[in-house]
Order: sequence, then C-alpha cells, then structure tokens
Amino acid sequence: MATLAVSRAPLAGFSFENCRRNVLLEGEAGKLGCSLPAARKTGTTICGIVFKDGVVLGADTRATEGMVVADKNCSKIHYISPNIYCCGAGTAADTEMTTQIISSNLELHALSTGRLPRVATANRMLKQMLFRYQGYIGAALVLGGVDCNGPHLYSIYPHGSTDKLPYVTMGSGSLAAMAVFEDRYKPDMEEEDAKRLVRDAIAAGIFNDLGSGSNIDLTVITKGNVDYIRPHDEANKKGVSLNEPEGCRLTGDYKYKRGTTAVLSQSVTPLLLEVVNESVQTMDTS
Amino acid sequence: FNEKLYTVPQWLNEEVKTGTTIIAVEFNGGVVLGSDSRVSAGQSVVNRVMNKLSPLHDKIYCALSGSAADAQTIAEMVNYQLDVHSMEIGEDPQVRSAATLVRNISYKYKEELSAHLIVAGWDRRGGGQVFATLKGLLTRQPFAVGGSGSSYVYGFVDAEYRKGMSKEESQQFVVNSKLDRWTDKHVDKVVVPPCLIKERNTVVTKIT
Repeated sequence: MATLAVSRAPLAGFSFENCRRNVLLEGEAGKLGCSLPAARKTGTTICGIVFKDGVVLGADTRATEGMVVADKNCSKIHYISPNIYCCGAGTAADTEMTTQIISSNLELHALSTGRLPRVATANRMLKQMLFRYQGYIGAALVLGGVDCNGPHLYSIYPHGSTDKLPYVTMGSGSLAAMAVFEDRYKPDMEEEDAKRLVRDAIAAGIFNDLGSGSNIDLTVITKGNVDYIRPHDEANKKGVSLNEPEGCRLTGDYKYKRGTTAVLSQSVTPLLLEVVNESVQTMDTS
Repeated sequence: FNEKLYTVPQWLNEEVKTGTTIIAVEFNGGVVLGSDSRVSAGQSVVNRVMNKLSPLHDKIYCALSGSAADAQTIAEMVNYQLDVHSMEIGEDPQVRSAATLVRNISYKYKEELSAHLIVAGWDRRGGGQVFATLKGLLTRQPFAVGGSGSSYVYGFVDAEYRKGMSKEESQQFVVNSKLDRWTDKHVDKVVVPPCLIKERNTVVTKIT
C-alpha cells in the first residue's frame, strides 16, 4: 500500500506554530492549578565604559529562575572575538546562543577578510539578527571592544535598536548602575579608575536590585590585550562570620564552638541495655 | 515577601521608542533639520544623546521618530540601497529617490513597522527639498514636523514660518521651535539635551 505522506522541505524563517500550542497549554495548566516552568532569566546588572586605552565591561553573576537563584556564579561576559566581548542580560539561553552564533559568524568573516574584526561589524550582525526576530529573542547586550579605529561600546536592545555611547548599562539593575556612572564618569579615565568605577556601578546594582547579586566580573580590553577578571570582587561571600575580634572571618561550617552557649547544669544518666543477639555480615566492597 | 516588588520593571520589556520631536525646513540652497536627542523605554530614558538625524547619503539626511529599532533599520537599509543606486546612475541621487525608497519600505510593511522618517536633503535638480513619508505617503512640503512632540510645535511653526527664509533665518526658526522642550509628555522635566542641525554643506552644529 502506498503511503500518502509527502515530506515537505522545512520553511525558512522562524516558525510560530508552537506559540499557539503554548497559549493552549497555559490555559489548561491554569485550570489544573499548576504553572508552566519559568524561563531562566539573568535579572542582571551589566555595564561598560570607554576609558583612555580601551573599554572595561562589568557584570554581576546571579542567574534567577523566578524567585530562586538558579546559578550563584554564572558568567555573563561572553567571548565574541579576541578583541571583542559582549555582556548579556535578559533570557540566559538567548544571550548565550546569540553571542555564540555571532562569534562563529564573525570568525568566518575575519578569516575571509584577513583582518581583525571590527566592533561595528559585530554590532550590525547582532542588530540585524535581533530585528529579524522582532524582539522575541530576549537578549539585551552590551558590546565592547578595541579595533583598528579605537575603543567602541554599543548597547543593543532586544528589538534591534543600538546606541553607540561612552558608557552604557543594561539589565534590571541598570538604573542603579547608571546613577553611579552619571555621577562619576569622566572622559579619558585611567585604567584603575575605570575599573573602580565599573566595580562600583555593578555593586550598586547588586545591593539595590533583587535580580542581581553574588560577585563582580570585569573584562578590560585594550589594544592587543584582554584581562578577563573573574571574579574581580566577591561582594557577597557565603558563610557564617565567626565572633572574633580580629576582623570578620567567614567559615562554611555552621557548627559553633563548645562554650558559645553557657552550660548551666549537666546530668549524665547511663542507659543499661542487654545485648540480645549479635551477628556480623561482611559487606561486599569489591 | 511581596512578589509584586520583585517583578522585573515594565520598562525592561518595553520596546525602545524615541519619544521625539523632529523638524525639517527648506530654504533657498538647502535644508535645515533639527531633532531632540532622547530615547526612552517606557518611563526610563535609555539614551539622552542620540543623534536622530541619520545620513542616507552625503547630502541627504533623514530624521527618525517612533520605534528606535524600526527607524534605525529603515535608515540603514535605505542608506545601502541609495549607495547602490547612486553607483548605478553614476551621480548623486535625488532627494525624491531617497524619499521614495523610504516610502516603499514604510508602505509595504506599514502593519508591522511603527516609525516615521522625514527625508530632507539637497540635490542639483531641485535644490533643498523636504519630504514626509508617514505611513507610506510621499509628499513634498516646505517644512515638516514629526514625532510625539510635534503636536506641541504645530502652533509655533504655523505662526512663525515664512516663505523664502535665508539659511540663518531657517536655523533660527528650528532653534526657536524649542524641540528639546516638547519630548513626549515630559515637557519641562529633564536637562536640555543637545540639538543637532545639518545644512547643505553638512556642517554639524551642536546647540545646547
């Protein structure tokens, strides 16, 4: 018997068929009282700054899944090319895959031109891809790097618009970080000042925004050199601080020393037990 | 613990719009374009120094308003198409050609896009010209205003515009329309952003 199944070549472009299914599922799940799994977002503070010799990019390291911290130390500064790095905020999978795709395409492009890739090229590739998906790819990026024309910094929004600026912040903690930048940014800063400013901006996001937390990662890109400093600053150390006069030492152990709680009285009662039966069974530890 | 407090702020999910006032004026020998420089996402300002006067060719510029992504993309596409077109005809393109290219995109995708570009420039045949391309129409006008703040400027431009202004008078006309004051609904809120004006010799002047 001949089957009437004809295989169709997959259509180009993005298929929205699953969106209809998802809407139906959401309705059904609501009736049953359960909820669909939340996408893991990075609820982030990321920022970048142009200083005298290059750019400094900074990011926090918390990834959240709804109300829970999914990853306490995730890396939000992604490699694009030897001289270009990109921080990503928004949906974690979207930023990860988008930067990997563009990194791969840019490497092929650089091999084809025979030159070090330019930041403007990466910016064009990213914005054209994000615009094609009309904002459904939830990736908000801070792209920075140094090329033959000097240091450049771009902010790229999920719908595909970009801004070329001397300092940018993105993510849920961006307002806190931008406040620090607007107060203390000066053009042509030295590297140490720029690193301190970015560190303070991310710290402002970490302490004042619920979606950002843990450590501060920095990346310093100059002509011919990249410092990927992870972590630059452990703003939130995990552990219990011991009650010691010399500074605040943290230990991961939650046991307290004997004598922390004063002993008022002590009474020892021996329990007399009869041994009824004793058998030894060897364990097979081969 | 109040869950509502934690939810990601709404402006993070909002599309980035330009909340704008843009204006373009013809004079004998060229055009003057002006714009404010604020880009907003919801209630938050994401860029206070954006240049909304985007070059399509050496002597043809367009002023962007509406959705930032849509407007930037249209301007970059038309920039590319004009480059090819001018190479094919072997000379500088007409302002009408640039405006037609913008109009074609705006009309074909009028349901999907939400951006309004005012095209203005100078060419040998027609001198200074200003074209409006809202929603896919193409009309040449002595001056054009656009963007969400343009409503506040209509009264001023209607009263103050005169035919046959000189270059200096046109520049003064644009400056006096106080574009920086009428962005979106926040009329008097924030610091004055710089205002950029371009003329026939494409000298970029920043007016604070």
